[in-house]
Amino acid sequence: MTGRIHSFQSMGTLDGPGVRFVAFLQGCPLRCGCCHNPDTWDAAGGSAYTAEEVISRAERFRAYWGREGGVTLSGGEPLLQKAFAAELFRLCHAKKIHTCLDTSGCFAPESCREVLKNTDRVLLDLKYTAAEQYQKFVGCDMEKPLRFLAYLNENKIPVTLRQVIIPTLNDTEENVLRLRGIAQSHGCVDKIELLPFRKICQTKYDMMGMAFPFAHLPEPDSEKMAALRKCISGYGG
Amino acid sequence: MEMNAWQGFAGGAWQQEINVRDFIQRNYSPYEGDESFLAQATERTKALMKKVQALFALERQFGGVLDIDTATVSSLKTYSPGYIDKEHEIIVGLQTNRPLKRGVNPFGGIRMVRQACEAYGYKLSAKVEEEFRFRTTHNDGVFRAYTDEMRQARRCHVITGLPDAYGRGRIIGDYRRVALYGVDRLIAEKKKDKAKLADGAFDTETIRLDEELYQQIAFLGYLKEMAEMYGYDISRPAENAREAVQWTYFAYLGAIKEQNGAAMSLGRVSTFFDIYMERDIARGILTEEGAQELLDDFVIKLRMARHLRTPEYNELFGGDPMWITEAVGGMGEDGRTLVTKTSFRMLHTLCTLGSSPEPNLTVLWAQALPEGFKKYCAKVSIDTDSIQYENDDLMRPIYGDDYAIACCVSAMKVGKQMQFFGARCNLAKLLLIAVNGGYDTSSDMAIGPQTEVMQGDTLSYDEVMRRMETYMAWLSHLYVNTMNVIHYMHDKYAYEKTQMALHDTNVGRFMAFGVAGLSVVADSLSAIKYAKVHPVRNARGYISDFITEGDFPKYGNDDDRVDLIARDLTHRMITELRKTPAYRNAEHTLSVLTITSNVTYGKNTGATPDGRRNAEPFAPGANPMHNREENGALASLNSVAKIRYDDCRDGISNTFSITPEALGRDRGERADNLVNILNGYFGQMAHHINVNVLSRETLMDAYENPEKYPNLTIRVSGYAVNFNKLSREQQREVISRTFHEAV
Repeated sequence: MTGRIHSFQSMGTLDGPGVRFVAFLQGCPLRCGCCHNPDTWDAAGGSAYTAEEVISRAERFRAYWGREGGVTLSGGEPLLQKAFAAELFRLCHAKKIHTCLDTSGCFAPESCREVLKNTDRVLLDLKYTAAEQYQKFVGCDMEKPLRFLAYLNENKIPVTLRQVIIPTLNDTEENVLRLRGIAQSHGCVDKIELLPFRKICQTKYDMMGMAFPFAHLPEPDSEKMAALRKCISGYGG
Repeated sequence: MEMNAWQGFAGGAWQQEINVRDFIQRNYSPYEGDESFLAQATERTKALMKKVQALFALERQFGGVLDIDTATVSSLKTYSPGYIDKEHEIIVGLQTNRPLKRGVNPFGGIRMVRQACEAYGYKLSAKVEEEFRFRTTHNDGVFRAYTDEMRQARRCHVITGLPDAYGRGRIIGDYRRVALYGVDRLIAEKKKDKAKLADGAFDTETIRLDEELYQQIAFLGYLKEMAEMYGYDISRPAENAREAVQWTYFAYLGAIKEQNGAAMSLGRVSTFFDIYMERDIARGILTEEGAQELLDDFVIKLRMARHLRTPEYNELFGGDPMWITEAVGGMGEDGRTLVTKTSFRMLHTLCTLGSSPEPNLTVLWAQALPEGFKKYCAKVSIDTDSIQYENDDLMRPIYGDDYAIACCVSAMKVGKQMQFFGARCNLAKLLLIAVNGGYDTSSDMAIGPQTEVMQGDTLSYDEVMRRMETYMAWLSHLYVNTMNVIHYMHDKYAYEKTQMALHDTNVGRFMAFGVAGLSVVADSLSAIKYAKVHPVRNARGYISDFITEGDFPKYGNDDDRVDLIARDLTHRMITELRKTPAYRNAEHTLSVLTITSNVTYGKNTGATPDGRRNAEPFAPGANPMHNREENGALASLNSVAKIRYDDCRDGISNTFSITPEALGRDRGERADNLVNILNGYFGQMAHHINVNVLSRETLMDAYENPEKYPNLTIRVSGYAVNFNKLSREQQREVISRTFHEAV
């Protein structure tokens, strides 16, 4: 079986625990205004690889993983290629490799069962905590990721909640406290990561001849980020 | 006297013979804990360091050289004692009579000394000129014997940076011997060795050694007199920690007064010192503060060591380095770690005294090192960018557990082996000479076997490889012969009396060759093999540029198709070099290391088939070329790890720069991840890595506003430098290198 892959990162330290091999899968159904990888949107882009090829590439880096590291599937949206992702994680587990899935969770969780049964941790990108923002800036019903989270909770899959902090949209304590509330009501969540909105992707949009939807918004400063992170103490900031 | 000095030590073979390793093995205390025991700098240390910082600032204001004594030839007894602050120094001794004043050392070659004086607005005194008028220097001797072809190879820079006009360095005296045994015992042993020579036939080799022993014994005597000038009697063994550090430092000081070698490395002293420190602590005469203070004072002295160099020299070896390399850590052959509390104390000087390029702290990494030490190293690396790492699991089986590193990456058994330093040849230039049938377009001269320029519209891989074989064979023979001339003359006219006195009389010798431009040649050959390379000929018919059509695998992406080309090149090179015997039966070794000469080598090399433009810098050491890595940092490390240490016993240097953000989210995570990266890299039997954790923006800011970063230290190829001491060109090259960033 082959899947379409945008690129690989041999040294991922920000997408899951420890040092990880990250495969960025091609294709995403969402069009988030803050997206820094618009080049991963087109499902027909990237290059085709078999699951075995990806695993043998990943294994070249096994020596660096230590006790915590492993393989992360990111994107794009890895769950757009469910069967491929499921096959990759099945092979990972056969080789005792820790697996991490970086997803928006905008899918019916039952349809992802084959992937999730071999997933050791989910990095769930909860884009906003307000339903109207979800609808407006993500184009997806907020109920979807929440249902996805509920499923992870039922199946006791550890979750890191992630959110990009975008000034004027969600850079408030209220928002972060709501995020914390969601975490508190789901025992599977043991970590929350607040990621500052960055505009270094502007050049990518320019090269692709596309408008960067959030180009007009400022990046949050480090004081702001530090203040917001205080609201999620106990969740590993 | 020995009874007193050795009281409390476990006895053994080391008492009957000169054997520092045996002493260490029987007496050291491995330390498996973390850094929580460390003490901060004392007020005395801080006050002294403040004076030193002021002197460093003054030196910078004076254009890099504070003062030169142009009238005194540097040697062990030629200067009256010098101090920074006599009342408050614990460890004493300076190279000249005043801090940071540089001496002149014309034994390697007087022209270079003259030029160096002039470059800083001084004039070499008539007295020294007169003294050396009828004296043959190393440089004189070399140029008497150089053939025309050797001169040509030097002029066109296909072999360059040769130690033919200054001290060769890369020799590590076992300075610890002075502390453990006292000088009188060392003299007595050397006299015994000398007497024994008469048992055999007095052939050339034996007579040479006989005369060398005479000189060694004489200089051990001078070393004693030098210490006496400072009020110390080092004829006897050191009796406590302070004396052990002081005696060891005197031995090192004697070496750098006598020799201006390119790399004057220290060896492996931390765990040796630890034995004395632990004994004093147990006796209640030393505290943790006191132990740190001793080491701090010692390191302050090392940071003040200087040699006088010309601006041309600084192009090759930027940043005024001394390579006072100290190997820290590692494992013992019996499975106990050689990490002691003093290994921590040594690294801790980067905190008590601030970060610094010297001494060149080199951690011998082993998978079995205690976790606490690994993590501490990683933290110090992240905070200071001042540590390099070398693979103890790779070197220990070859050199045992009492080896050290000379310069950047050259391993040798302390006191038992030495090397003949041989700089490097330019492989990328050799490729261009080969396709041009023996013509160097950069210097416009014919060199090497003469044949026709390669014909046709597209370069054929097989033909290029055939030519490379021919030209590598030619160059290797010439290179070994050139080195033989240099080291014969160095032994004859500038022999290292003090340092060799601190070696066994029968010493093992390496002859260390080197290559530069490995990644350029590997990528170029890959382009020729996997893409289409069209040569562009100049008006005179020589190939001076290339048009490369199509993509090709690039070294640095963990792609065997090109990585194995790089591995094969080093294997071919050392195989060819071994075909010509080396002076004094030295064992041929090879390094992939450039220091900062990758800039000047690039400048002297035309455009290459990999797309590198004319005069563009090479990547340093064994690094992949800048910005050709497409799969992240670890893929790049994997490529370098494929170069075999068996082919490159003089070391494979890799410089790894990463932004803090890409290493992890917070300090703790970054340290853990760095430990994992080092374990992973060295687990594949890679040899060396410099670690820099900093952002390109910091360097760009330091480039524009040097005054804001007086102590910014970064690791370059195999050593560390103060960023501000690099030339503008070298700074730009460092900034342009691949920084592994968060995606």
